[in-house]
Amino acid sequence: MTALRMEHITKVYPNGVVANRDIVFDVAVGEIHALSGENGAGKTTLMKILFGEETATEGKIFIHGEEQYIHTSQDALKLGIGMVHQHFMLVPSLTVTENIILGIEMRKGLSIDYTQSKKLVQEYGEKYHMYLDPDAKVKDLSVGQKQKLEILKVLIRGAKILILDEPTAVLTPQETAELFTELKHLRNEGFTIIFISHKLSEVRELCDHITIIRKGESKGVYALADITDEEISQKMVGRDVELTIARSEGKRGKTLLKVENLSVLEEGGKPRVDNVSFNLHEGEILGIAGVEGNGQSELVDVITGLGNFQHGSVLFQNKPIKYNHVKEIREAGIGHIPEDRMSIGIASNLSITENLLADKTRWKEFFGKNGLLIKQKIRSFSAKMVEDYAILCRDPEVPISSLSGGNIQKVVLARELSSKPQLIVANQPTRGVDVGATEFIRKQLLSMRDAGGAVLLVSSDLRELFGLSDRLLVMYEGKFAACITDLTSIDEQGLGRYMLGLDTQDTEMVMRNAQ
Amino acid sequence: MKTRSINQLVDSTKLAIVVVVACLLVSLIILMVSDQPWVAISSFFFGPFSTIRRIGNILEGAIPLIFTALAVTLIFRAGQFSMISEGSFFIGILGATIVGISLDLPAGLHPIVALLVAGLLGAIAAAIPALLKLKWQVSEVVTSIMLNYIIQFFVIYMINYHFRDPEASSLASLKIATTASLPGIVPGTRIHLGLIIALIFSALTWFFVFRMKAGYEIRLVGDNADFARYVGIRAPLVMVMAQVVAGAIAGIGGGVEFLGMYSRFKWTVSPGYGWTGIAVALLARRNPIMVPFAAIFIAYLNVGSGIMARSSDVGSEIVYIIQGVIMLMIAADALLQGWRQRLVVKSATAMEGI
Ligand SMILES: Nc1ncnc2c1ncn2[C@@H]1O[C@H](COP(=O)(O)OP(=O)(O)OP(=O)(O)O)[C@@H](O)[C@H]1O
Ligand SMILES: [Mg+2]
Repeated sequence: MTALRMEHITKVYPNGVVANRDIVFDVAVGEIHALSGENGAGKTTLMKILFGEETATEGKIFIHGEEQYIHTSQDALKLGIGMVHQHFMLVPSLTVTENIILGIEMRKGLSIDYTQSKKLVQEYGEKYHMYLDPDAKVKDLSVGQKQKLEILKVLIRGAKILILDEPTAVLTPQETAELFTELKHLRNEGFTIIFISHKLSEVRELCDHITIIRKGESKGVYALADITDEEISQKMVGRDVELTIARSEGKRGKTLLKVENLSVLEEGGKPRVDNVSFNLHEGEILGIAGVEGNGQSELVDVITGLGNFQHGSVLFQNKPIKYNHVKEIREAGIGHIPEDRMSIGIASNLSITENLLADKTRWKEFFGKNGLLIKQKIRSFSAKMVEDYAILCRDPEVPISSLSGGNIQKVVLARELSSKPQLIVANQPTRGVDVGATEFIRKQLLSMRDAGGAVLLVSSDLRELFGLSDRLLVMYEGKFAACITDLTSIDEQGLGRYMLGLDTQDTEMVMRNAQ
Repeated sequence: MKTRSINQLVDSTKLAIVVVVACLLVSLIILMVSDQPWVAISSFFFGPFSTIRRIGNILEGAIPLIFTALAVTLIFRAGQFSMISEGSFFIGILGATIVGISLDLPAGLHPIVALLVAGLLGAIAAAIPALLKLKWQVSEVVTSIMLNYIIQFFVIYMINYHFRDPEASSLASLKIATTASLPGIVPGTRIHLGLIIALIFSALTWFFVFRMKAGYEIRLVGDNADFARYVGIRAPLVMVMAQVVAGAIAGIGGGVEFLGMYSRFKWTVSPGYGWTGIAVALLARRNPIMVPFAAIFIAYLNVGSGIMARSSDVGSEIVYIIQGVIMLMIAADALLQGWRQRLVVKSATAMEGI
């Protein structure tokens, strides 16, 4: 029995981008159906149409066999369709319960019936094995818990068809495993789930069927048992993709970055980064693993000059790094791929070209001696970036905000890597980008290393850490719980135990290995 | 058709509709309040074109607006909301007055020096709220508005106590030297060299904003200051720089207006071009090249309303109603969205055919 059928969907955005072209999308009741495709293929767009946030230019939607006109998300919810977006949509200062009932408040006279609501949250949590403390503030939740909350929100609104747009991008392996158990449980209860992810292993573990779209067009539906990973990426990208990247032994050179006894304290004096020391050398990729919120962001901020620190020192090429001296830090040769690319990584109303140039205002080849823009050079540079990084756009002069999530990421990467930094601080560099671009970015990072540069790689993707790092530090509560010098000596589960603080290495040994 | 040209077509059509609707609305109001509506309407719309002199009035009226609107454009582009163009303009007038009265210079040089001093004073005035924000995070909106009053009284005080013409019965300064004046350029009108200067400034500002590094940095900072910080641009300094340059432009505007139109200082209050400049800048969609057109349009309405007030029973205040309506409609983005969408879809599907 089909839960939903989208027939001949075409969507043209106001800027002329054809995001979906004559797509047919069929999902059976009680299955988990993967929707895959490159960045900008049109996955989010198709789902927004189903959820009533965008209107299709052409096409029909059938829910349980009946044609429906879905104009708003209210309409979609009434039909039992719920969506968890690519980016969280929660109010951090409110509690779990308040976030869940936002918009569907139960009333008791003029006020909101909080006790009743709390009971509801508890009931649903138990029923679907997604227990959350109803009174906890959302800002105190872990990312995994936030993801659960998003799903619970949709379930309580009565959804029977769940759309999950890249729900695992921010989760640790443990959290992902937990989420998958819950999703499978939901499937057994008769829920229908649409699952978007760029990670094939996840798709394979969870899903029954996969619909592949490429450049807005459907490339067919397949039972996952009948198709290999290589075939999937082939169909998504249109060429063969190397899923594991060959890497040579690194040649460790001089010390480039020296962090000594660094502490970052929060307002109340509680340490976020707690007296850590390590060295990073030329020709080395140093991975930092850890559950989000264990001090990685603070560490990155200090090294890139965006965050202050209270104790210790950071030396880059023997010169101290100072808070707020971003210009000098970048001039010295440090690049930064920020984690939160949407809010600090781009100027959303400026064009792709202008976003690519932002860190290059000192480059005479683009800005001339007297501060004039050299249009010709700039144009050919941005055309080359768009081509090299396969940034999907109509032309490089369109505002960057009209790109798909993953293509915005690519612009940031292109900008940072094209400045040829000596050290690049890469915070979640492949989060949200497709297999083709992931391959490309990883190769770039490796070739930077092989050319004698250094990479500080912060990532929650363990495969990425395993695949790229020469050494790996694990952060837990602001300290290094472990420093792994031989990555073959440990597996994902073992690493996960360090990340959750269940195991710790001997402090002396960590100190020694981190040098 | 390319998306870009579709957008241009839709935008200019929208502008035309806005103007037409505004005019219809004016007519409607006049019809309701006036005893001789046709006289009022025709003097409003056609009066400004009835004589060469009146056409001249439109262009003269546009000159100060161009300068203040360019200043507002720069400030807004940097994401700041300083209202200082008003004060910078007025203190610019003072600067030009002082140089015009006290210095003895040859004809070519005299106005140049006067304008430089006017620009300098305008820049200093604009720097004050900018620096207050840089140092102590005081809102530039509030400080600039307060500073506008301080400047107004300071200027009047200076004229009254130091440059007043003792012969004159009302407040007026001494006459400036004839060498300082900007010459007229169209016989039969009072259009002066300032029009050319204003047009040159529009082109230069456009060039500055879109073709120079400093302008690029202003736009970056204005769009996302956190991003600017992250790429190593000193956002606070860029904000100050934008406001100082804007202040200089407004100050020069004050000087130009004074040297082109007057031979002595006679204002008792600040003339308000800074405020109207905001409307002009928004109408021009913060694009310096569009500023002269927007300024001429607003000046046309001003002249029309003046003529109407003199020749009928409708007051000239009606012009403010029109300005308000225009601003509202410009801000209404949804207007014509449907048409734009249809054109885009058509062109996108046509391209598919290739
Ligand atoms: N609001 C918008 N306005 C204009 N164009 C848009 C808009 N949103 C998306 N697009 C364009 O539509 C295309 C499809 O975008 P969509 O977000 O659906 O991709 P996606 O498959 O979800 O990609 P990703 O994996 O990067 O999230 C892209 O080319 C994008 O540039
Ligand atoms: Mg998406």
